[in-house]
Amino acid sequence: MERHYMDSKIKGVSTGTTILAVTFNGGVIIGSDSRASMGGNYVCSKTINKLIQVHDRIFCCIAGSLADAQAVTKTAKFQISLHSIQMESPPLVKAAASVMKELCYNNKEELQAGFITAGWDKKKGPQVYTVALGGMLLSLPFTIGGSGSTYIYGYTDAKYKPDMSREECLQFATNALALAMGRDNVSGGVAHLVVITEGGVEHVVIPGDKLPKFHDE
Amino acid sequence: IKYKKKKKEWQTATTIIAVEFNGGVVLGSDSRVSAGETVVNRVMNKLSLLHDKIYCALSGSAADAQTIAEMVNYQLDVHSIEIGEDPQVRSAATLVKNISYKYKEELSAHLIVAGWDRRGGGQVFVTLNGLLSRQPFAVGGSGSSYVYGFVDAEYQKGMSKEDCQQFVVNTISLAMSRDGSSGGVAYLVTIDEKGAEEKCILGNELPTFYDQ
Repeated sequence: MERHYMDSKIKGVSTGTTILAVTFNGGVIIGSDSRASMGGNYVCSKTINKLIQVHDRIFCCIAGSLADAQAVTKTAKFQISLHSIQMESPPLVKAAASVMKELCYNNKEELQAGFITAGWDKKKGPQVYTVALGGMLLSLPFTIGGSGSTYIYGYTDAKYKPDMSREECLQFATNALALAMGRDNVSGGVAHLVVITEGGVEHVVIPGDKLPKFHDE
Repeated sequence: IKYKKKKKEWQTATTIIAVEFNGGVVLGSDSRVSAGETVVNRVMNKLSLLHDKIYCALSGSAADAQTIAEMVNYQLDVHSIEIGEDPQVRSAATLVKNISYKYKEELSAHLIVAGWDRRGGGQVFVTLNGLLSRQPFAVGGSGSSYVYGFVDAEYQKGMSKEDCQQFVVNTISLAMSRDGSSGGVAYLVTIDEKGAEEKCILGNELPTFYDQ
């Protein structure tokens, strides 16, 4: 069994993690676990929130070195606010994702983090973008990331359907996070989910004991 | 599983799975053998016979895995003559485990042993690195990482034979689509009271999912 490439090379605190974002009919759900670990042995924090709000309807989640992630998201948040003031309108999700991509690509030697940006804008509705380690930007209907994501590729490939309802999507995201947390030792804690729609933003936190259980638990 | 990439050595970096159902077991595997980046065999059957109703699934170094399977095949034949009846699945798994454990430093192969016997019905055993453990289902090989979530979610106790075969085929298909070292065709072996039935499912007949 191979450990995800990102994890083995990170020094210091890393969010060895599971993150995902899924579009549904009318919005997008972005979710993550809540564990921060150091060296795969020590859990620094059991309740860290990896879902960062970069604008009213745009969220970002981080995987990889925590320091890199915080530095990049702070810079991105500032740049996106400035952009939105200049344009006198809420930023497009694609613009926010591009800002992240520029930062990752231009600093690709120093940074060790991957990002998922998801949100809602008036032009294209709900969208999900992923910025990979080297700075590649991709738009997808759903995406998963972090060390725990290896274990749920099969599950998400099999179970994702386009145009799900909000409840179906919430169940899909919760199940995927629960399965990944069950197999990955550097993912765990509670499941943080944020539902973004035209109408607003809703946080859902599911504590460990309320997560769905599968056959061997 | 430590996937040691020895220079030019043939690896069955792979996806293998074995699942118990009501009355037997189903084993499945892909068919790719690679040496570095080259695929040296795209149709290898990684499900080896150990006895009439006991098969094993090979993963890791191709040479090591095949050798272990052949040795255990011989030892099981001798054993079944000595006891005068069909061997138990647990015996086969123990023989595999003994070899894996004794030569742990030299070998790098992981075999999943599964079969049917009169005493215990369908059973699946894992023998990773010399451990012996009975499980309701087991996955192995490099492709298995990608389908842990899927098998955790979809496995149910006491499935029927057809459901189990479909479950195994779906799992292998998902793993092959994500793992660069798994591919080709899918081999299936179903073992129950009546015997073992081998099946091969070609690439274009495999189930497809959302993005294919």
